[in-house]
Amino acid sequence: MSSQNGVSRRAMMVKLGLLFNGIVGTFLAVPIVRYLLSPVTREKKSAYESWLSLGALEKFPAGQTRLATYRNPVVNSWDGETGDIACWVRNVDDQDFQIFAINCAHLGCPVRWFPQSNLFMCPCHGGAYYQDGSRASGPPERGLFQYPYKIEQGTLLIKAGEMPTPGRAANTTHGGTTWA
Amino acid sequence: MGLIQRVGEWFDLRLQLGAPLRETAEHPVPRETASWFYVFGSAALTCFMLQIVTGILLALIYVPSAGEAWNSLQTLNHDISLGWFIRALHGWGSNFMVAIVLIHMVQVFLFGAYKFPRELTWIVGVFLLLVTLGMAFTGQIMRFDQDAYWGLGIGASIASRVPVVGPWAVSLMLGGPIIAGAALSRFFALHVFVVPGLLIAFVGVHLLMVLKLGINEWPMPGRVVRRATYMQEYRELTHKQGIPFAPNAVGKDILFSGFILLAIVACAIHFGPFGPGGKPDPTIIQTAPRPDFFFLWLYALLSLLPPSAETPILLIGPAVGIIVLLALPFVAGEGEKSWKRRPIAVLTILLIAVALGTMTHLGQHTPWSPVMNAWSSEPIPSQYVHGRTALERRGALIFQAKQCHNCHSLDDRGGQRGPALDSVALRLTEDQLIRQVIQGGGNMPAYGKNLSPAETTALVAFLKTLRPANQAPARDASRAVALGTGESVARP
Repeated sequence: MSSQNGVSRRAMMVKLGLLFNGIVGTFLAVPIVRYLLSPVTREKKSAYESWLSLGALEKFPAGQTRLATYRNPVVNSWDGETGDIACWVRNVDDQDFQIFAINCAHLGCPVRWFPQSNLFMCPCHGGAYYQDGSRASGPPERGLFQYPYKIEQGTLLIKAGEMPTPGRAANTTHGGTTWA
Repeated sequence: MGLIQRVGEWFDLRLQLGAPLRETAEHPVPRETASWFYVFGSAALTCFMLQIVTGILLALIYVPSAGEAWNSLQTLNHDISLGWFIRALHGWGSNFMVAIVLIHMVQVFLFGAYKFPRELTWIVGVFLLLVTLGMAFTGQIMRFDQDAYWGLGIGASIASRVPVVGPWAVSLMLGGPIIAGAALSRFFALHVFVVPGLLIAFVGVHLLMVLKLGINEWPMPGRVVRRATYMQEYRELTHKQGIPFAPNAVGKDILFSGFILLAIVACAIHFGPFGPGGKPDPTIIQTAPRPDFFFLWLYALLSLLPPSAETPILLIGPAVGIIVLLALPFVAGEGEKSWKRRPIAVLTILLIAVALGTMTHLGQHTPWSPVMNAWSSEPIPSQYVHGRTALERRGALIFQAKQCHNCHSLDDRGGQRGPALDSVALRLTEDQLIRQVIQGGGNMPAYGKNLSPAETTALVAFLKTLRPANQAPARDASRAVALGTGESVARP
C-alpha cells in the first residue's frame, strides 16, 4: 500500500466524517427548532383564547366603567399573579357593553379610568382615550383594544387569553374604533 | 531555592505557560499609551468580572419563576446576610459597566483607534456594546417587579410592530400568550447563559486583537494613517521607542480598576440595591412603569416621536445606527487620527452626548405624562381664587374635578402634558377658550361631552382670570372691525 493511497483514504475519512456529522446535525436541528418555535406553532395548545366569566352583571352598573379581573385561561402553576389580568368594563346602557384591554394601544402600559373627566389616561407616554375607547390624544395610533363579549344567564363573558399588542390585535378589535 | 519557586517550577514544567505569559505582559507598547486615557477597556473588563462573581452569588438564592422571583428578591434584600449588598453590587456594577463601555467607546473613537488595521477590533467592540446593553435590559427583567412586567409589555408592543413577522416575534419573546413565567424563564436563560457567553467570546477576540495588533498609538496631528506604511511606522513606535506594557503601562490600569471597584462598593453601600418595586401583579394598575437609567432616553423618544413616524423610526433607527457604527472603519479606515484634526468627529460626539443627555433628563421628569393624582393632590394656588366671583371659583373647582390639573400646571404645580395656564387669558380669547375646551385639539381631548354648558361657562370664566394683573387679556381684533368700533387699529 503506497503512502499516497493512505493519505487519500484518510482525507476521504475526514470528508465522510464531516458529511456524517452534517446529516446527524440536521436530524438534531429539526426537534431543536420545533422546540424553540413551539410558542409560535402552538402544537400542544388548541387555542390561547376562550370564553371567560367576569362575574355577575350586577357588578357593572349602567353608565359606568369598572375594573374587572380574570385568570388567564392558559397559565402554568408557576405563573403566580402574572396570570391575573385586568380589563375595563363599560356598561353603556345595560344592553351594550364595551370590554377594553388594560393595555394602552401605544406600548401596552396599564391605562387608568378617570370617571370625572370620562377619560382613560396612560401613565407611560401620555396617551388618552375617550370613554368609548376611541383615541383622544397622545402617541397611540388607534383606540383601546376590545374583547368580544356575550351575556349568559346574567353573567358577563369575554373572549380573552392573549395580550393584545399593536401588531396582533386581530382577535381583540371586536367593535373597536380604530383611529386613522 | 524557596518552596514557592519550586512549586511554581513544578507547575510550569507541565503547563509551560510562564514564558508566553511573561512575553505577553511585557510586550512593547508606544510610550505615550501609558496614559490615564487608556484605562477604560481594562476597567470595563473588571466590571464584567465583578458582574460574573456577583451574578453567580445571586443565582444561589434567586428563583427565576414568575410566581416566586419577587419573593426571592425580598428574601435576598431582607433575610439573607448581606444579600442586599450583593444585589446592590450587581446593580451598580451594571450601571458602571455600561457607563465605562460608553466612555471607552468615545475614547477609542476620538483617538481614531478604529482605523487600519484595527477595523475588526472596533466591529467586535460594537457587538460588545450591544451585548452589554442586552445584559442591562435582560437584567432589568430579572428584577421582576412592576417595571419589569410592563417593560416586557413595551418590548412586546415594539416587537409586534415588525411587519409580517411581528406577532410571531411577540410569541417567541414571551413564550406564551401573556407576560408570565415563560417570558421570565427565557430572559433568565438569555441573561445568565446566552448573552454572557457571547460577551465572553467577544471579549476574548477583542483582547486577542489588541495583543496581536498592538494598542492604538497616541494620535499626533499630522501623523496620517496609510495602509501601505502604517505597520512599519507602528513597529518603530513600539520596538524602537516603546516600553514594555508591564510594569510601565499596566500600573494605571490596575489603579483605575481598583478605583472603579471602590466606587461601585461605595455606591452599593450608600444607595443600596435597586428595588424591587411593586409586585408584578398586572391587576395593580396604579403604577407608572419606567425603564432603568440607560434606557430613559429611549423612553423619552417613544413619547416625543410623532405617532405616524414612530413605528418606522423604532424599527429602522436601531438598524441604521448599528450599520453606521459597523461601516465607520471602512469609510474612514485611513487618515488623521487626532481629534484635533477631526472636528466633525468631535461635534458628532458632542451632539450625541447632548441629545442623549437631554432625552435622559426628560425621561426622568416625564413632562409628557399626565400627573395622575394632581387633580386631587395639587390645590389651585390661593392667589388664583382670592377675590374671585362665585362663578370663577366654581370654574376653579371644575378645573380640579375634571382632572385639567393632571395635564396643565398652575404656578409650576401639576402636569406638563399641556401648556401651563398661568397666563392663558393673554393667549386665548373667551371664544377660543370655549372652543378649545369643547373640541380639544392640539393633543388635548375634547371635553364637549363631559361638561354641561353651565360647567363650561364656569370653567372658562375661571380661565379668563388667569393672567398677570397688569396685562390686558387677549382680544379678537377682527371682531372689533366687524362691529365697526374701530378699536382694532393698531396703536403705536
